[in-house]
Amino acid sequence: MNIFKIIDEIQQVDGDAVERLQHATRRSFMTKFSKTLTAAAVPTAMAGIFNKAYAFTPGAIEVLKFALALEYLEDDFYKMGNAAPNLIPAKYKAVFNQIGKHETQHVNFLKGALGAAAPAKPAFDFSAGGAFPNPFGVFDTFVFLSHAFEDTGVRAYKGQAGNLMAKEDEPLLDYALQIHSVEARHAAKSRDILSEIRNNDRIKPWITLDEGSPKPVYAGDENTIQGGVQIIGIAGKSLEAVTESFDEPLTKEAVLAIVKPFIK
Amino acid sequence: MDVVNRRFFLRSAGLAAATGAFIMQSCIKDHDLGPGGTGAVNLGTGDIGILNYAYALEQLEAAFYIQVIATPYSGITDKERRFLTDIRDHEVIHREFFKAALGAAAIKGLSPNFTGIDFNSRASVLGAAKTFEDTGVSAYNGAGILIQDPGYLLLAGKIVSVEARHAAIIRDLLMPNTISFAGDDIIDGNGLDLLKRPSEVLPAIAPFIYDTIDASGLPTP
Repeated sequence: MNIFKIIDEIQQVDGDAVERLQHATRRSFMTKFSKTLTAAAVPTAMAGIFNKAYAFTPGAIEVLKFALALEYLEDDFYKMGNAAPNLIPAKYKAVFNQIGKHETQHVNFLKGALGAAAPAKPAFDFSAGGAFPNPFGVFDTFVFLSHAFEDTGVRAYKGQAGNLMAKEDEPLLDYALQIHSVEARHAAKSRDILSEIRNNDRIKPWITLDEGSPKPVYAGDENTIQGGVQIIGIAGKSLEAVTESFDEPLTKEAVLAIVKPFIK
Repeated sequence: MDVVNRRFFLRSAGLAAATGAFIMQSCIKDHDLGPGGTGAVNLGTGDIGILNYAYALEQLEAAFYIQVIATPYSGITDKERRFLTDIRDHEVIHREFFKAALGAAAIKGLSPNFTGIDFNSRASVLGAAKTFEDTGVSAYNGAGILIQDPGYLLLAGKIVSVEARHAAIIRDLLMPNTISFAGDDIIDGNGLDLLKRPSEVLPAIAPFIYDTIDASGLPTP
């Protein structure tokens, strides 16, 4: 089977085909082919790669790119943290290794979904220009940044769900929700560790009002209007409990403003 | 008994006419549902059906944690009591929110069946909590594509991450500082959480509810 011939044929029908399949992908695709795939597996692999570029709406592709940018940040953050000597106490190592593993998986998964459209990984500065000195030398700073990144991730995915409602994007909505709840699990445990090392019970696995730092990560989480209805006092419960019961979304712009200081 | 249910009942009865005992039992079962009982609880169709589906899950969770806090297991720690009380409040708020949002379209209050749970046992209670929370996460994740209204999808998103926080911390109470909070038993090799459609979730929770739930009107993928 001549793969380049097939690509050329597609290009005759759709002039954008090669652009969508950029050189990098073609090269890695070829390497994979020659090394690992048997002839019988070729058609399936082809279908997979070609479908990715064509299957989703442009809006959904933007969501994937945005998600990948956040996952790159988290992945690098935990890679550096987990590799740093004397940073993470032995009792918490398993937790942060597990979180890091998932972020790497998310990066690979999103890159796979985007194919050639995947943006390159930016360079990060986790001190945010010195605002958080020595993030991989001081455990408190590391956990602080971890909980902020995870809570931001939860709010970011939540804010994008509505952009994945087209019929052809259905698989992406499934995946996005599945990543979203993993980030929430991470956030809960990271917050629990922050609470423990700071000996502060006000930091709970869930977000109370808009309490927390950095402020923009928690802005608006004190919202009490759900489905257009004011629910203060519902079931006789406290305002704290009412706000803890609903995690609020963040817009893409708000999320980008939060992560911008961490991008070189 | 409305028309549909009566017809269904009569058909069932007809099929089993040879065994009088079966008919008798059906009548007894129907009678047991009480004054509001009309046989199976029908969730409805479209987004209303999905909201009722969520309402059913939240009813179950709320009832469970109310019992947990009313009769705490022996040896409960301060931290555990604090977390479980918070979670009870969240689930009650979710339940009451759905009830209010659904208004006249809301299903009735379900009768939970917790006979399999030993509320005096930490392992039994936290084990059941883990099941309920993981099930809740999987159910909301799997309901996403079935929702038509973006506002409802956002609402489901606002709630599912809170359920995931619960799930993580319950798992961590059982196995502190291990990978269990987001364990390999629930997160797959792509880093994706559980996702289940109503057709998988409802049979899983059926043992915990005395009522029969009719999900035939729910949207399907």
